[in-house]
Amino acid sequence: MSKTFSIGGIHPKDNKISVKAAIENFPVMETAYISMSQHLGAPAEPVVAKGDKVKTGQLIAKANGFISANIHSSVSGTVSAIELMPDLAGNLVQHIVVKVEGDEWDEKIDRSPEIVREIKLSPSEIIAKIAECGIVGLGGAAFPTHIKLSPPPGKKAEFLVMNGAECEPYLTSDYRIMLENPEEILIGTRIMMTALGVKKAYIGIEDNKPKAIKVMKELCSKSYKNIKIVSLQKKYPQGGEKQLIDAILGRQVPSMGLPIDTGVVVQNVGTALAVYEAVQKNKPLFEGVVTVTGKCMTEQRNFRMRVGTTFESMLFAVGGFPKDAEKLVSGGPMMGKAVARIEAASVKSTSALLLLTEEETKRKPEGNCIRCAKCVDACPMGLEPFLLNRLSRAGRMEDLEANLVQDCIECGSCLYVCPANIPLLDTIRLSKASVLKIMRSRPKK
Amino acid sequence: MTTTIIFTIASLSLLGLVLALILYFTAQKFKVVEDPRIDDVETILPGANCGGCGFAGCRAFAEGCVKADSLDGLFCPVGGNDTMKKVAGYLGVTVADKAPQVAVVRCNGNCDSRPKSSNYDGYTSCAVMAGLYSGDTDCRYGCLGQGDCEISCDFDAIKMNPRTGLPEVDEEKCTACGACVKACPKFIIELRNKGPKGKRIFVSCINKDKGGVAKKACAVACIGCTKCQKVCAYDAITISSNLAYIDYNKCKLCRKCVVECPTNAIWEVNFPVRVPKRETADVEQQ
Repeated sequence: MSKTFSIGGIHPKDNKISVKAAIENFPVMETAYISMSQHLGAPAEPVVAKGDKVKTGQLIAKANGFISANIHSSVSGTVSAIELMPDLAGNLVQHIVVKVEGDEWDEKIDRSPEIVREIKLSPSEIIAKIAECGIVGLGGAAFPTHIKLSPPPGKKAEFLVMNGAECEPYLTSDYRIMLENPEEILIGTRIMMTALGVKKAYIGIEDNKPKAIKVMKELCSKSYKNIKIVSLQKKYPQGGEKQLIDAILGRQVPSMGLPIDTGVVVQNVGTALAVYEAVQKNKPLFEGVVTVTGKCMTEQRNFRMRVGTTFESMLFAVGGFPKDAEKLVSGGPMMGKAVARIEAASVKSTSALLLLTEEETKRKPEGNCIRCAKCVDACPMGLEPFLLNRLSRAGRMEDLEANLVQDCIECGSCLYVCPANIPLLDTIRLSKASVLKIMRSRPKK
Repeated sequence: MTTTIIFTIASLSLLGLVLALILYFTAQKFKVVEDPRIDDVETILPGANCGGCGFAGCRAFAEGCVKADSLDGLFCPVGGNDTMKKVAGYLGVTVADKAPQVAVVRCNGNCDSRPKSSNYDGYTSCAVMAGLYSGDTDCRYGCLGQGDCEISCDFDAIKMNPRTGLPEVDEEKCTACGACVKACPKFIIELRNKGPKGKRIFVSCINKDKGGVAKKACAVACIGCTKCQKVCAYDAITISSNLAYIDYNKCKLCRKCVVECPTNAIWEVNFPVRVPKRETADVEQQ
C-alpha cells in the first residue's frame, strides 16, 4: 500500500502528456539574459563588466549576503550589457546580457559521460563546493542548497528526504531525469547524506510513475542500500516538504517551524542531480530540464535548457504560439506563475513552460459561500480557508494570526475545490503577507 | 394565598434594594471622571469616523483636541477650517487656517494611451494584482484599475470610470481624508492643495522609468525631458529619477509648463478654456 500524507489534499487530473518525450538538448540561443535574482534572498552581485569575454560555466555574479547564491554564465560569448530588465512578472531585475559566440566550456568542467561514484570530499568541502557552484533548490522555491545542508547550531538532521513526487499536473522534468539519470541522482543523494552526516535517506515517488520507481528500486537494492524508495499515492500537494515528511516518516512539522525541527532535510531529485554534477563533475548550475507542454500543442517536449533562455524562444522551438492557447505558465498549473512578459528569461528553478487553453484557465464568476467545507477537507495544513477568506476581507489581522494564516503553503487546493469559485487563495495570500509583516515587526522576546 | 403574594413581593423588593445599593456603591467607587468637553467637541465634529485625522475615530480626535495644549498638527479634513475654528473657539485657543486639499490621481494612462499587454483574470483587487505582477500594461507604475480606491472611500467621492479605466475624484465630495492614498498599492493618489477657486496644476504620471521606456509603455507618460522645469519661472518643478513634480506651494498657476509638456502629462484643472491665440484674431480682422 502506497503511503500519503494524513490530512487534506486533492486529486487533480495529472495530465502528464509529455512523459514519453525524452530529454533533448535545447539549441543554445543567440543572446542569453541571465537574471541576478534566480534564488530566494538577496540578488547576486555581478563580477563581470560590459565587454568581458565569458566561458560557459564561468562565475559571473557572486552571492551577496547570507541567503544568496553564485551565478555562472550559461553560454560563452561577450557580455553586451548589465541592465535592468523585466522578469516574467514584469518587475525589473538586474540581468547580465551575454551575446553568444560558439560554446566554449570552462576547462574545469568534466564533460565526460562516465559516472563518478566515489565521494572524495569531506562534508565541509562538499558544502563549500555546492555554494561555489551556486546550487539552489529546484523544487520551486529556489532556496540556496548550501544553507539547507548546514543546519543551524543545536539542530541535527536524522534523515534526508528526497522529493521525487512531482505532484503538480503536467510536469515531467523530474520524472525524465529519474529515468535517464537515476544513478547520478542516487550519488547526489549520497553526497548530501555525507554533507549532513545522516545514515538514511528516503526518495518519495508517486505511484503514477511506476517506471521511475522500478528503475530507482533496482539500483538501490544493488548498491545504494541506505537509500529507500517510497512509493506514494498520487495526491496533490505531496511534494510540499511538510506533506512529504508526513507521508514518508509520519512526523508533523510544528506551526511556523522548518523540517529541520523534526530532524529532516528535504531536497528535490533535480537538486540531487545538480549536486552530483557540481561535486563530481565540477559543473555549476547553469542548465536544467524544462518541460514544454500543453493540451493545445501538437508535440510535448522535455528540454535540457540553459538558464537565460527567453520564453519567446521556447515557444519558437515548439512551432510558435498555438492558436487556442490562452495563458502561459512558468511551472505547474497549481503553483506556477503566469508569464506576463514572454521576453523574460528562464531561471535556475524554471521547471516548465505550460500553455493552457481558455477552458482550463478561465475563472468563473464568484458565488456565495455555501459552507460546504470542501476547502477545509482539502487543506493539507488543516486550516479553514473559508474563515481565513472572510477574516482577510474584513482586515482582521489578529484573528487571522490566531487562525494560523501564516501556515498556509499557498498550494491552491482550497481554490481548486471551491464550488462557488471564491478566490480563497488570493485573499489568503494577501493577508498572509500583511500578517507576516506584523509578526516580524514585533520586538523579539 | 395572600401571604404568599405579599411574601414574594417583599422578598423581591428587598433583593432589588440590596442589589441596587451594591450597584450604587460600586459605581461610586469605580467612577471614571471624563472631561465633559470631550462630548461637546465630539458634537462639533462631523461624526464620519473616517480616520482621516490620524485618530481612531471622531471621539478619539475630540479627546486628542481637548488634551492637547494647542491645535497645531490636529486637523479634521472632513470638517475643514470651519469645524476647526469652532473647536478652537470652544476650547479657547487659536488655530491657523490650513489650505483645503483634495485627492489627485497621478496617472492618466487610459485604454488608448496605455495599451494592455496581458489580461488579468484574477480577483478584482489592486492589492492582490500588485502582489502577483507589475500590472496588465507595460507601465510598472500606472493604475491597475481594479478600484481599491473606490471601495476605500467613505464619501463616494472617487469612482472608477469604466471608459478610461482610471479613477476620477469628485471635488465636491472629496474631504481629503487620505483613505484612497493608503488603499492604492501603487501610490498613485496624492493629497494636493485645492488651489484658488479649485485651480491647480499637477503632473499626472508617476513613471520613474527612462524616457524611452516610459513613452513606449504609455503615450502620456512623463519622460523627464526637463522642458517644464526650464520654462517654470518660480522654481516650482523638480525632476528626480526621470519624473517631474510640481510643488503646489510654489506654483503660481501660470500654465506655461502645461503647454510645454510634449506628452501632455501635465494637467490643469478648473481653468477657463484657453482663448485662441492672437493670430486667429488677426485673421478675423482681415
